[in-house]
Amino acid sequence: MNDNEKLLEIHKLYKDYGNGPILKGISLDISKGEVVVVIGPSGCGKSTLLRCMNGLEPIQSGEILLDGNAITGKKTKWSEIRQKIGMVFQSYDLFPHMTVIDNILLGPLKAQKRNRAEAEKEAEVLLDRIGLLDKKNSYPRQLSGGQKQRVAIVRALMMKPEIMLFDEVTAALDPEMVREVLDVMLELAKNGSTMVIVTHEMEFAKAVADRVVFLDRGEIVEMDSPQEFFTAPKTERAQKFLNTFTFEIEK
Amino acid sequence: MQDLGIKVLFMGNNFIRLLEGLWITIKISLIAVAISIVLGILLGMVMTLKNPVTKTVTRVYLEFVRIMPQLVLLFIVYFGATKAFGWNLSGQLSAVIVFAFWGTAEMGDLVRGALISIPKHQYESGEAIGLTKAQVYMYIIMPQALRRLIPLSINLATRMIKTTSLIVLIGVVEVLKVGQQIIEANRYTVPNAALWIYGTIFFMYFFTCWPVSLVASWLEKRWEN
Amino acid sequence: MYAEAAKLTLGIGLIGILFSVVTGLFCVLVQHYRVPVLRQIAAVYKELSRNTPLLVQLFFLYFGLPKIGIIISSEACAVIGLSFLGGSYMAEAFRSGLEAIDKIQVESGLSIGLTHMQVMRYVILPQALSISIPALCANVIFLIKETSVFSAVALADLMYVAKDLIGLYYKTDEALLMLVIAYLILLLPVSIFASWLERRLRYAGFGN
Repeated sequence: MNDNEKLLEIHKLYKDYGNGPILKGISLDISKGEVVVVIGPSGCGKSTLLRCMNGLEPIQSGEILLDGNAITGKKTKWSEIRQKIGMVFQSYDLFPHMTVIDNILLGPLKAQKRNRAEAEKEAEVLLDRIGLLDKKNSYPRQLSGGQKQRVAIVRALMMKPEIMLFDEVTAALDPEMVREVLDVMLELAKNGSTMVIVTHEMEFAKAVADRVVFLDRGEIVEMDSPQEFFTAPKTERAQKFLNTFTFEIEK
Repeated sequence: MQDLGIKVLFMGNNFIRLLEGLWITIKISLIAVAISIVLGILLGMVMTLKNPVTKTVTRVYLEFVRIMPQLVLLFIVYFGATKAFGWNLSGQLSAVIVFAFWGTAEMGDLVRGALISIPKHQYESGEAIGLTKAQVYMYIIMPQALRRLIPLSINLATRMIKTTSLIVLIGVVEVLKVGQQIIEANRYTVPNAALWIYGTIFFMYFFTCWPVSLVASWLEKRWEN
Repeated sequence: MYAEAAKLTLGIGLIGILFSVVTGLFCVLVQHYRVPVLRQIAAVYKELSRNTPLLVQLFFLYFGLPKIGIIISSEACAVIGLSFLGGSYMAEAFRSGLEAIDKIQVESGLSIGLTHMQVMRYVILPQALSISIPALCANVIFLIKETSVFSAVALADLMYVAKDLIGLYYKTDEALLMLVIAYLILLLPVSIFASWLERRLRYAGFGN
């Protein structure tokens, strides 16, 4: 990892829905090729943080820079920025009235005005890689939850984003389908994609992260390498949080 | 010109007469609504039966009522009954019959919808804690179904009030007819009476139905979950 | 005679429905996008339209307005009245369709770089329309039925012809029977088509 190549910078980000702050001055830099995993108890603001990074939530103060350019101004053309920042959500968010291939091609054809034949070829390669090429013409309702999430990842990848955001993408899945989605993400990490991942899967976090960010009550409490964080958390809050998981395992 | 027109409303007891006409309309609707609610609830329960005969019969009934304009039904009862059976039904009675016939079908469909909207596990968990079938209906199903049903049936009632305006066309003396009489009577003295009278009737209907609609949508929002 | 009248009923019905759809879409869009002023106008219009009977609207248009110099032919009157009535019903149908679309759909459309307009066009509208279809079909039937009222403003539609027959020739039975048959022929296919469409949409069920 090259620390000089900062892809995304967040400075003192404040977010308030109107009933108390959700994010209280978050600062975080993400380098090119880095995989940052954000964990924390529910309601700590981790999903909100991702949504702010994709312009889905207005922020009260602070700044976000992509490739050194501020993207939090009033004049930001989000439709262009979002082509560089891909996002996958927790709930299966495929468009139910379109086939898998149409879902994947909507962005490239309409937002990027690419040529259909060429985009379709690329889509087929990606679908093949996640093992769903035979589902190309299926509708989302004919897919399992895990398959839908894999297609959603491909849909985001098609825009050739510089960074990918994953918002608890396995939280709504049946346990046996979690693995197939996580494997796709591991593969992306191996190939050098820049990613910010919000997850509750601690084993996965350990395996995939270059850096773990522990968020609690709207602030970054601890930030460390996964080895350090999971074996020797420095703060009491992080220890407590991790304990809730070990308790579950011992049970 | 316009000053002249509005006067017609307050000449003699014209306005009172219009209100009396409106009352006839409302009275007929209320009677029909009351009958429709009682019969509709029964019909709705019958419609949830799995029996193919009742299913077909109720379906045809509902479909026929949905397709036939209420005015056509009014004509059939008012003119047809006289001709076919020699009954001489008054306009008001024909109106009550037709609107109850129509309202029962619509109400039945609403009741059916409300009943089947209650998930099966509600029945099952009611029985699981040892309630009888009747108790399950009484304490679990009905309270939930009613919440869905009440706003919808209030809306149906406003539709019936509005549709009652049609009875002028079979000669019932209600608000529109009174309006016509006033216009006729003042044909030479107040030539533009029609504008004011029909405008007034328009708003009379509006201020009758609007508050009722507001109550319905308020209830609907309140009971949404 | 009935065929002529049926054509008139259907013709005015269809034009009125077309205008209703346009009015309804307009209302729902200005309310969805919270366009100032227009949005309030749409709200007032919807309340007025939903809470007054078509017959009274027609009487006002046909008998009332000429008194201040606005003279409208009975056909125009019928079309205006039907559109005035139908617009609010169509708006309601579209609104329920729009509201049924999950917010996540908008967000995932935005997240792949579509503009708000593109999200509306490719993601929201197609789904909203298919959800609205049963309600739209019910409105079409409702509006064609409502055309029966037009006879009251001297339009020679089905009702008018039937009344004529009863009044002039005392052919009550034939007149009424023909009337029922005429409406069955007009509306039964629409109704059957509507329930077929609804079933199909339900099978195709978008629901995840």
